Amino acid sequence: MNQDPDPHLPHRSARTGLAAPDVSNPGSAIDYERFLDCVHCGLCTAACPTYVELGNENDSPRGRIYLMRGVTDGRIDLTPGVRRHLELCLDCRACETACPSGVQYGKLIEPFRVAMETTEPNGRGKTHDWFHRWILFGLFTQPRRMRAALVPARLLQRLRIDRWIEATGLWRLLPQRIGRLLTLLPRLGPRTPDLPSFLPAVGRRRARVVLFKGCVGDVMFGSTNWATARVLQANGCDVLIPESQVCCGAIHYHAGHSEPARELADQNLAALKPADVDAIVVNIAGCGSMLKDYGHHWHDGRQADRTAFAAKVRDVSEFLDELGLVSPPGPIPHKVTYHDACHLAHAQRVREAPRRLLRRIPELVIEELRESDLCCGAAGTYNLTEPEMADRLARRKLQNILETGVRVVVTGNAGCLLQIARESRLQGHVLRVLHPMDLLDLSYRNECLTI
Amino acid sequence: MPQNLPTTLVPELLRIVGVEGVLAARADLMVYECDGFVIEKNSPDVVVFPTCTEQVARVVRCCRDAGVPFVPRGAGTSLAGGCLPVGGGVMIVLTRMKQILEINTRDRYAVVQPGVVNIWLTQALRGTGLHYAPDPSSQGACTIGGNVATNSGGPHTLKYGVTVNHVLGVECVLPDGEIVCLGGPVDESPGCDLVGAMVGSEGTLAIVTKIWVRLTKNPQGYRTMLGVFDSVDDATNAISAIIGHGIVPAALEMLDQGIIVALEAAFQFGFPLDASAVLLIEVDGLEVGLDAQQQQIVELCRQQGAREVRLARDAAERARLWKCRKQAFGAIGRLSPSYCTQDGVVPRTQLPHILRRITEIGNRHRIRIVNVFHAGDGNIHPILLFDERDPEQVQRVLQASNEILEDCLACGGSVTGEHGIGVEKIGFMRRMFTADSLDVMARFRSALNPDNQLSPGKMLPTAAGCGLEMKGSHRKAAV
Repeated sequence: MNQDPDPHLPHRSARTGLAAPDVSNPGSAIDYERFLDCVHCGLCTAACPTYVELGNENDSPRGRIYLMRGVTDGRIDLTPGVRRHLELCLDCRACETACPSGVQYGKLIEPFRVAMETTEPNGRGKTHDWFHRWILFGLFTQPRRMRAALVPARLLQRLRIDRWIEATGLWRLLPQRIGRLLTLLPRLGPRTPDLPSFLPAVGRRRARVVLFKGCVGDVMFGSTNWATARVLQANGCDVLIPESQVCCGAIHYHAGHSEPARELADQNLAALKPADVDAIVVNIAGCGSMLKDYGHHWHDGRQADRTAFAAKVRDVSEFLDELGLVSPPGPIPHKVTYHDACHLAHAQRVREAPRRLLRRIPELVIEELRESDLCCGAAGTYNLTEPEMADRLARRKLQNILETGVRVVVTGNAGCLLQIARESRLQGHVLRVLHPMDLLDLSYRNECLTI
Repeated sequence: MPQNLPTTLVPELLRIVGVEGVLAARADLMVYECDGFVIEKNSPDVVVFPTCTEQVARVVRCCRDAGVPFVPRGAGTSLAGGCLPVGGGVMIVLTRMKQILEINTRDRYAVVQPGVVNIWLTQALRGTGLHYAPDPSSQGACTIGGNVATNSGGPHTLKYGVTVNHVLGVECVLPDGEIVCLGGPVDESPGCDLVGAMVGSEGTLAIVTKIWVRLTKNPQGYRTMLGVFDSVDDATNAISAIIGHGIVPAALEMLDQGIIVALEAAFQFGFPLDASAVLLIEVDGLEVGLDAQQQQIVELCRQQGAREVRLARDAAERARLWKCRKQAFGAIGRLSPSYCTQDGVVPRTQLPHILRRITEIGNRHRIRIVNVFHAGDGNIHPILLFDERDPEQVQRVLQASNEILEDCLACGGSVTGEHGIGVEKIGFMRRMFTADSLDVMARFRSALNPDNQLSPGKMLPTAAGCGLEMKGSHRKAAV
């Protein structure tokens, strides 16, 4: 045993900078130092949702880093098995929170997966299928098309046919991912009007911000975008909502498609004009995390602009907490529990801000949730592409929620809202799933929360 | 497919645990070639994930019949190579046996499977006023089964005792596949203390599949202090002064400047970066006496030259302080690509001496060494920083480690306080114990594990093994 030749020597040059990318090796474009940050202590393992579920160290952060390093060093091939372990990662970044060594896991797995897609010969990659092309990239990221696609869904819901489809399990007869998509749809209220391009501050003006609407979020949670805008206004913010903003690019990037993501990023740079505002405010954790990462995803002439853009990005809870929240007046006499969205708690390290804001609402009680920062399985589009693991984690999350005895769940990410609501509907539980801004907005408007 | 296994073994294992429960591809096995101790590596030939005691027993019988070595593994956080599959064979990974089977608050015990992560039990006990006392620094990831195998300690063992003081009983699978129960929910049982023998046996006697653990009442209050010192000697003298005054802190930890800098980078707690050492001191118990104890400790620290003594203001600050302390090893990644944590014990009064020796040894071998350790019970953890890709550095680290541990023995101490012997310290057993003592241990092991098929090459040196194995050229740093 242990007869492998010392695998590191050829890579020593990589320590001082990036080696010339070797198209056949997905690890060749990764700064080798990042692998060395991991001292193999294993303290990350129990924070990883897939490891907690499966108990296989290949499906843990330490294991995945070991696999990626093994492929990079040429110790093992990128076999379909190795690929599976890397694909199964939710990219929830819980391991980064747990890691005392400061391993930047996201900066290993994300570029590795991008490279994994591009090194796969002739569109055989996982994300080169009709679903990714037409639905995820073609529909999700295009609010106008998405809105059109929801017209028949609204009709089904109006006629209550959707409930019948869910209750009878007929959705399982559809192509798997389409069926899941259908069951993920929230109860769509009447279509909310589009946000205007400008909403003025109420009272003394304290800041001038751009609101990032998101693509899926804007269509499915239009009312939350309105709520967010009103809360910002109530806190003395002039809110700009430029029409020309586009999808943040996370769906593409996380599926390993770097180029389309870069184009979207640069469109947003042009549309949101960071120099003119105090902050770029985002209410969806996944988008916020992507926007904050613009500065290091691509290495080209525009990197400095993207870094400057990223420095202005704030999650709405983070922003209001920094600004100092104007006391919300209306009582909401309910018990709620808070689920930490991965891309807020782990990727952006925003944990206490939303809780602090919620505590300011009169008469609202927050019950802590067990495993509140363990991924619910939504993870961007993971719940569509990895249904089995996504369902396991959704069941686990719902179980923990039900144990609190609380029927209102608050979370700051569109994907989690959809995922938790879906699981509770499928299991027949009545649960209200809300964004913190929905609650704050109710309080500012002195309205009641109905369950 | 592994070459040196009987061809019938893997199909047989597949029949027992199913296709989801077996790993045999080379790429899948690679991550199991080492644990938190990375200096030595060896891949198992097969990994199995049993989900119940019966499956463990069947896997064990299967290995016995095939004459293949087998070794249990939990979360793989061992710092002494406790999970290293010496000689390959079958690795029995217990991470899918992760149920908390019972919590009995009235009789104050819990029953858990070995794969339960230490902190899960304490989390499950929230609101009951009870907790599971052994709190190794890796408690967020390590399993209770692994704690039993290594008789884990932790910062709070100074007052509460180590794992063996909290295990009431175990169910285990013997190397011949027989399932036996030792002890149980009640505290005292007559006869030989077989439970005590099992705890700390590092998987060389049996594979533990169920554990009855004692639950401890939460203290009414805490006082957590941070003593800041300008010299390591002053800090270590303060430790002796505190204990010498008859105070038994719940925990008494020392961190030196090197580790303070790494922790501050990791967690931004506000540690004084210019201090030579800090003591993290905690007393707990009934509210009534705590303020007086705290005052006494503050005065003792001042008398020994403490620059200041800070108090944790609230529960949140206390939690942050402990998080810093418990994640200290991992934070080393900020200082160097690899590290080797040593685990020696010396009588408390020898702490100033041993720390001076550590500095001296580090200088002589040109190895940077930082210290964070359980000062209250004299359990030192010098951390040697190096780059595992440089074999020459690795040799110097091994040499320096050996010298430090030799010194611990010379002071009347021990070569491990809590990490276990594993493969790392096996060479020291002959120096720590007489041949007669080792013989008794070996005979006891042979009574249960006659063919040494279970965890071979662990804890006890083989008859032919020499004490200087660590220096052998075959122990090169590969990944």
